[in-house]
Amino acid sequence: MSGIALLSFEFKESMMIALRALRANKVRAALTMLGIFIGITVVVLMMTAIKGLNNSFQQGISALGADVLYIDKWTWFTNVPWWEQRNRRNITMADYEKFKSMAKLPVAIAPSLDTRQTVKYKDQSVESVSVEGSDAEYIKTTNLTFEQGRFFNEIESKSARNVCVLGSQIADDLFPHKNALGKNVKIGPVEFKVVGILDKQGSFILGDFNPDQRVYVPIGTVFKYFSGHRRNSISIDVRAAGTGAIENTKAEAEGIMRKIRGLMYNQPDDFGINQQAGLTDLYNSRVGVIQIAGIFITGLSLFVGAIGIMNIMFVSVKERTKEIGLRKAIGAKRRTILTQFLLESSFICLVGGIAGLIASILLGLLVNQFLPTSIDYSVVLIAILVSLITGLISGFAPAYTAAKMDPVEALRFE
Amino acid sequence: MNIINIEHISKVYQVGSEEVHAIRDISLRIDKNEYVAIMGPSGSGKSTLMNMLGCLDTPTSGKYDFTGVSVSQMTDNELAKIRNKEIGFVFQTFNLLSRSDALHNVELPLIYAGIPAAERRERAEEALIDVGLKDRMHHKPNELSGGQRQRVAVARALVTRPSIILADEPTGNLDSKTGEEIMILFNEIYEKGNTIILVTHEEYIAEHAARIIRIKDGLIEADTPVANRYIPKAKSEVNQ
Repeated sequence: MSGIALLSFEFKESMMIALRALRANKVRAALTMLGIFIGITVVVLMMTAIKGLNNSFQQGISALGADVLYIDKWTWFTNVPWWEQRNRRNITMADYEKFKSMAKLPVAIAPSLDTRQTVKYKDQSVESVSVEGSDAEYIKTTNLTFEQGRFFNEIESKSARNVCVLGSQIADDLFPHKNALGKNVKIGPVEFKVVGILDKQGSFILGDFNPDQRVYVPIGTVFKYFSGHRRNSISIDVRAAGTGAIENTKAEAEGIMRKIRGLMYNQPDDFGINQQAGLTDLYNSRVGVIQIAGIFITGLSLFVGAIGIMNIMFVSVKERTKEIGLRKAIGAKRRTILTQFLLESSFICLVGGIAGLIASILLGLLVNQFLPTSIDYSVVLIAILVSLITGLISGFAPAYTAAKMDPVEALRFE
Repeated sequence: MNIINIEHISKVYQVGSEEVHAIRDISLRIDKNEYVAIMGPSGSGKSTLMNMLGCLDTPTSGKYDFTGVSVSQMTDNELAKIRNKEIGFVFQTFNLLSRSDALHNVELPLIYAGIPAAERRERAEEALIDVGLKDRMHHKPNELSGGQRQRVAVARALVTRPSIILADEPTGNLDSKTGEEIMILFNEIYEKGNTIILVTHEEYIAEHAARIIRIKDGLIEADTPVANRYIPKAKSEVNQ
């Protein structure tokens, strides 16, 4: 027989021998598999949850738009301490007007001011809703789309009419079975007419940023009714002409803002120009660490499973010392014995791993009802590979012990 | 023809700081179609010699030629190959795989020889028929009597058509009647032209052989032909 034919013959025969041994010890094999099963299940579940969270985060911040700048008193991600930022001058509507007249590059510029109010319709109410005041151009700085109705127009925003646009979650909460369009809701103590309802954006993480849970009103109404906010600093939302133009737009915006604020060349910016990218970085640096920790912790359970396999394989080798001695006496080579035991442990791991994979996919569907999950085909491949490698690694030491046994000693073993 | 040719072999074991001379100086020749019994009290070096003859172990010094090939310096894997092809082992405790049926037990050495499944099965069936177990092929060891188990072991030893059959106390775990049946089987195998080496400590078992080698303190004490060899007679109930 040629080398390869002989190897494949040996492999096939070793497989048969390994399967025989497993069949002879069904309960033990099943219990050992359970360790790997649980390990793979939790690891894969963790991975799908992470993937799901990342997806929904991406989805969520895509509502912010990658080509939008948020000029704000507060810099989102910086090492400038908050107490210094607090002492910065507010950004006012006057600043916004000047900015709008000077900026050439942006395709849309809108002011925004956020307030927290209780929103009511008849006996339904939602507390502490983020109510965003802005003008008609605001919609152009976002990627928001409408389920029904429209955004408020220029006339409505200029004259600060009592009109509002509801995020899909708010609309569902206030009007469980009814159409909200054209109804009057109470924001704080004031009645607003609903002119539009947004499509569900489906973001999970962003909380206050989540358009589903926001209400949009003309910025003038915020100044008019929610007077405490008059002293608040507004934000200027600036949309660049595509992501390629964002750096130039940012440079222009910084220059204009410094001019408006009358800053000398040696004074630092007393405002922040924020963008979505910073949010992604923050997400990755914070949530990324938690995710790695999650994988590591669930990975530990896989490790425990692997130790279980090793333990059982050692017991199995010890128990079958005499059998190994006999096999060697009648002509089994070291390699043959090694293969036999490695195949046994890899088979246990592979079956346990595949079962775990299937279980985690099913569980993933269940968990998806509460938390977003997403299974990636690479995860399937990784899970199978990991269980195979676990089998090989944890089976190696016992298999090697078996392979190098002295047949004379082994045959004498009782 | 010369199958085994041993010249001045010794075997020294290191037990702690002490050296144990299991075999001091043994020279020995065994020809084709001999029936040799090796006898000796425990601790005489009889087992060590048997392991050496069976290529399970290599000598510390000296020369061992097996069918004209020097085996004294061989690696583990080379020895495994010789054992597989040239030596048929029969053990006192049978050493069958308890979870496999008779047929698979007999097939086992052929698996390690790389024989394809169909041929393997055919040869294993033949060997089982030869030892009178035509109807027991699919029985597992725990469904067989002691004598039948030893027959399976003999079939396993014969199936590779080895140069020698090496039997270590083959009747040690059997009652005298069943033991006698196994000795009849050995006699048949011998008469078909096989070479048998029988390790035993029982005088009357040894007398089934044509030559007795007595070992004591790691040396050959006596090596004599058996003048009046006991030839067992097949009784009616033997071949079932």
